Amino acid sequence: MISGEHITVARSGRKLLDNVGIDLRPGRFTVIIGPNGAGKSTLMKVVSGEMKPDTGFISYYGTSIGLCQPAELARRRAVLPQATQLAFPFTALEIARMGAVAQGALNPTEQARQALAKVGLRGFESRPYPSLSGGEQQRVQFARALAQVPQPIADGIPRALFLDEPTASLDLGHQISVLEIARDFASAGGIVLAILHDLNLAAEFADQLVVLNHGKIVAEGACAETVNDEIIASVYGIAGAVGRLPAEHIPYVLPQSRHR
Amino acid sequence: MKALALAFRPASSGDRTQQGVLVLILLAVILVVACLISLGVGPTGVGLRDLWAYATGNAASLSAQERVILEAVRLPRTALGLLVGAGLAVSGAMMQGLFRNPLADPGIVGVTSGAGSAAVAAIVLGNTVLAPVAMLLGNQFLPLMAFFGGLFNTWMLYLIATRDGRTSTTTLILSGIAIGALSAAIMGLMIVMADDRQLRDITFWSLGSLGGATFGRVLSILPFIAIVLAIMPFVARGLDALILGDAAAFHMGIPVQRLKTIVIVAVAAACGSTVAVAGSIGFVGIVVPHLLRLAMGPSHRFLLPGSALGGGALLLIADSVARTVAAPAELPIGVITALFGAPVFLFLLIGKKGVSMRDMP
Repeated sequence: MISGEHITVARSGRKLLDNVGIDLRPGRFTVIIGPNGAGKSTLMKVVSGEMKPDTGFISYYGTSIGLCQPAELARRRAVLPQATQLAFPFTALEIARMGAVAQGALNPTEQARQALAKVGLRGFESRPYPSLSGGEQQRVQFARALAQVPQPIADGIPRALFLDEPTASLDLGHQISVLEIARDFASAGGIVLAILHDLNLAAEFADQLVVLNHGKIVAEGACAETVNDEIIASVYGIAGAVGRLPAEHIPYVLPQSRHR
Repeated sequence: MKALALAFRPASSGDRTQQGVLVLILLAVILVVACLISLGVGPTGVGLRDLWAYATGNAASLSAQERVILEAVRLPRTALGLLVGAGLAVSGAMMQGLFRNPLADPGIVGVTSGAGSAAVAAIVLGNTVLAPVAMLLGNQFLPLMAFFGGLFNTWMLYLIATRDGRTSTTTLILSGIAIGALSAAIMGLMIVMADDRQLRDITFWSLGSLGGATFGRVLSILPFIAIVLAIMPFVARGLDALILGDAAAFHMGIPVQRLKTIVIVAVAAACGSTVAVAGSIGFVGIVVPHLLRLAMGPSHRFLLPGSALGGGALLLIADSVARTVAAPAELPIGVITALFGAPVFLFLLIGKKGVSMRDMP
């Protein structure tokens, strides 16, 4: 279990996170939602070890994150960042292989190939990363994260997948595919933490929803308890939007998982 | 090199490991040929045939004078060229990886000018203010001054550009330009104070040359270059990961700040020591890695050793040209590398064969 307690982060006199606690359990898909500037990315940075909180405590299975070496953390969790641009023309395979090398794979090239196939990029191995579209680049990065944690459980310890807006710049079909891969990872015993903006996707995939606003957790729990008119109105300033259909002449498409 | 790039497009597998090994073997062959050329050509009549006789133990066929030329002039000069070329190209490749910028170069962030201004100060003040230090250090005075000048600038740069334990690429490059300008100002001041003889020394030195190579000089930079070459395998994976950004590198288990510190010290050591023994020789650190990225891809696993081999070969060939083209006079080698390097660099920039500044994250 990965957990954080009393996390506070202040920058230039503003509290980005204010006494936040979070529990990430194996087998659970946790999604953070909230408006821009709510502290979602900051929370993910703190939990992944990238940023040190001003106060508070993060532990990976009882060990304080401050005591973990970067290489050790890399074997326990992989992180998908928001859009990454490169100044050097690595191929898609070379990028994905970096993730496999980071977890000490015996055959990193093969591992990278499998990860690319998993995100639907078979045949893209030799493409230079800068020449790919934004969505393809995002999926190559997802393949890199998957290659870093190829099995949800290693040596009896669950691994974690941290996804910062994994669906940004993806089309509807690929949004679903990426989240389905993440859900499979969780249901096989891994830990998944994702930041999502689309509340429909969040409600569809999350086992646990964390609603952040102004650096504080305002609601937490299953989607039935958290996505309701009262909370959406107070956090996003849009009243009565939950479950309301658009006007009759506007067609609408909700992103929905294919597996049901 | 251009044909090489076309011949070695990434295989459809996207895996350029074999390609990298192949290019390294090719570079090693080129380097051996460059060594032979460097040993075998020159204004005097010692040619490749004499070299062969000398190498096969048939030294009796050479006159005493020819033996002296080989042993005391060409051998140290070739060894020095090898080390200087390798040091320049590897420090360039490391710096470009560190800054995630294919155009970054020790020359751009002021490491070279730091070493240079310290060396010029040594030339000008060597028999006045700094005379006691010069007496104490003897022949090592100039090399050590240049080395500490480079190290000082790199260290200043690191202190200025690092905030909260993180080094921002933009701040690093901008403050590097400022620090380089400061060094240039100090150099200008020294030049105003210099007398005619010192001015000639400074001019010759500032264009760069392998002339006056001795085994003493070779031994003085050998430890620096050896250390830099030895750390290459340990920083290659980290530099690859760093291309994806500080955060992504950390996520992949790289101790980012430690890696940066090691690379910065290595760059200062390689750059300062080469400037000390050969003056500022431009463009090797930027052209060699650029061409190699076209031939083998940007992975530092192959780029760093490739730069060591290619840099050595390029410098030896440039030096051979410098010695022979205007014989018996000798051109400064910096002129040759700039004549060759600047157009190649501009071509790369305009043709966007590599990646331009526009594509920077």
